[in-house]
Amino acid sequence: MKERIIFGYDPFVIPFTLGVIFIMLYLGTGTLRILLSLSRKEALNLLRSIFSVKIFKTIKDILFDVLLHVKIFKRNILLGYMHASIAFGWFMLIFIGHIEVILYTPQRNGVIYYPVFFRYFVMETSQTLRGAFFFFLMDLFLLIVLSGIALAIYKRFRSVRLGMKRTTRHKTGDKIALWSLWLIFPLRLVAESFTADISGGSFLTGTINTLMGRFVESTLYMDTLWWAYSCALALFLFALPFSRYMHIPTEILLIFLRNAGIKSTSSRNGFAESEIYSCSSCGICIDACPMSVVDEKSNYTSVYLLRKLRRRKLDSLFLAEQCLMCGKCVELCPVEIDSCRLKFLKKRENFPDQIFDYNYLSKKHPEFKSSINRQDREKVLYYAGCMTHLTPQIYKSLFNIMDKAQIDYSFMDRDGSICCGRPLILAGGERAAKELIRVNSELIIRANAGILLLSCPICYKVFKENYSLNGVEVMHHSQYINLLIKQGKIKLKKGDFSVVYHDPCDLGRGSGVYSEPRAVISSAAVLKESSNLPAESICCGGSLASRRFSQSERESVTLHSLEKLNINNPEKLITACPLCLRSFSKLNKRETLDIAQLVEEQMI
Amino acid sequence: MVNFGFKLSSSKRIDLDSSDSDLFLKLKAESGTITQCIACGSCASSCSAGNFTPVNFRKAILLIERGRNEEAKELIKGCMLCGKCTLVCPRGINTREIILSINQYYKKERF
Repeated sequence: MKERIIFGYDPFVIPFTLGVIFIMLYLGTGTLRILLSLSRKEALNLLRSIFSVKIFKTIKDILFDVLLHVKIFKRNILLGYMHASIAFGWFMLIFIGHIEVILYTPQRNGVIYYPVFFRYFVMETSQTLRGAFFFFLMDLFLLIVLSGIALAIYKRFRSVRLGMKRTTRHKTGDKIALWSLWLIFPLRLVAESFTADISGGSFLTGTINTLMGRFVESTLYMDTLWWAYSCALALFLFALPFSRYMHIPTEILLIFLRNAGIKSTSSRNGFAESEIYSCSSCGICIDACPMSVVDEKSNYTSVYLLRKLRRRKLDSLFLAEQCLMCGKCVELCPVEIDSCRLKFLKKRENFPDQIFDYNYLSKKHPEFKSSINRQDREKVLYYAGCMTHLTPQIYKSLFNIMDKAQIDYSFMDRDGSICCGRPLILAGGERAAKELIRVNSELIIRANAGILLLSCPICYKVFKENYSLNGVEVMHHSQYINLLIKQGKIKLKKGDFSVVYHDPCDLGRGSGVYSEPRAVISSAAVLKESSNLPAESICCGGSLASRRFSQSERESVTLHSLEKLNINNPEKLITACPLCLRSFSKLNKRETLDIAQLVEEQMI
Repeated sequence: MVNFGFKLSSSKRIDLDSSDSDLFLKLKAESGTITQCIACGSCASSCSAGNFTPVNFRKAILLIERGRNEEAKELIKGCMLCGKCTLVCPRGINTREIILSINQYYKKERF
């Protein structure tokens, strides 16, 4: 193996080299911009996560998410293979290319274009084992990438076969990058094949060379093809910053920042910028989103919001206001972009804080007679919240259960409640909600109870996350009933009817409470599975987060959710949220019950 | 002034031609549900904030229809956006959106 061209240079490398220089400068500036926007504390955290054992987790994440796409494999094997073959295959082509240069032409080490166009510059003098081995690897990975590209082209026409009902619409930048990406590898194959009689080749390039040799004089087209290959690469590199393929380099930065515990603080700049550019527009969130049931609403899904944010479009706020904030897209996103947080920040930036006025709360708030005088860890303070006041059957059942278990409780908001603040926070009014949180906290702490019992997941989430309650334990009633059963304070008889359980968004995905409600239901009835995994349950359509959904649009979301829930033909639908109960009972042909009602029925 | 034993009350007439219908038209264009109100008062009777303050959505809609936007804004500034009114409304009016839009309208005007 030795060099064929004396100076190791040919004009066809110019487009590619320019492309690489351009993209390096672009990425350098971008990274610097994001890093400079970090606060001092965040920067220190980043350094700490780089120079500690955490770096191994980062490397593992990069290997699994960026190169192997393990998460997409879990969704759909073909889709996973498509992504992994292109990403990992391409990486290996570059990596082995560098090894070849180091081993065979060490004098060209560090020349940008050399590993990429290695086969053009070398000639085979005698077949060496090492050459054959590396050439075999290179051909193998090229074949893997080509199979990925073939799948990608097939997916353009029949995405359903790769597990995707809908794919993203492309912008011009995306299209140019996509076509050049599709061109790069076939051109590489042909270019290397035409050179294979000089440089040597393996099973793929060598065979094609022998076959082609019968029809055309390979040296005649060699230069043209290498030029075309270089131009395709250059086109891709120049289109990269204006296309979705920016996710390839950005995701690495994102993983570093995320593993340092950094969260977005603005909807567009700083960490958010790395999230926005990491979106690969894969479109998994389009199928996941409950909004997509209403056809035109699929234009408001996370992928399009991120695109609007990236281009700093003004109507990104309108898109953020559409979202039901169920969090399913975040759960399924292969890049783990917290798009719900970005939407929330966007709304917060535009919220009319100055107009809302809650001064009246400190002057007049609900009085409740507390039977709790001293601090007692066993005593329960029940807060119904706005939604449960609309579905009083929930707390009536719950009180019956607690009476049976001889629990001492007091009802904090029998005569009207101050809202927990989450609906306001979801609308963007986090600063305005501080007043509600302050007054509610005072009331709760004054009651001296050990447990704050809630039956609304919306309240549960906000009490867990935004309140500091001096060690008062916050519990959802499904958790509390489970506790009562475990302590033996109530006993249930198992009914012979079948039920399905709907995970409310804020309880399941939002707060991670999956097992307790299931444990309670399993001891009261036969629990059937719905068609969705617990973490992928579909919003009931009642979500308070969206201000743009009309009543009829909400109903189509509810019907879609019901269809998925009732797939195994259960007799009853059980949920643990007053809002879900309201949305479902209106449209469900089967009986819809809250978990407390089910337990009350089955209590002995 | 001579006391006749009765007095004339000032006119309550609202001239819809000269009233400020800008906000009403904006809300109407945005989702249109505001025009569906039948003034049943479900929203006001279920209101969480209504327990402590005069917040009254039904009245606010009426005021906006009549162009008395400032009064309407004052009336709903204590709203906690809990969404109960949206759920109880028999006409499917998107109440939270309207309340937020009113406030957004004033935000643009003032700040």
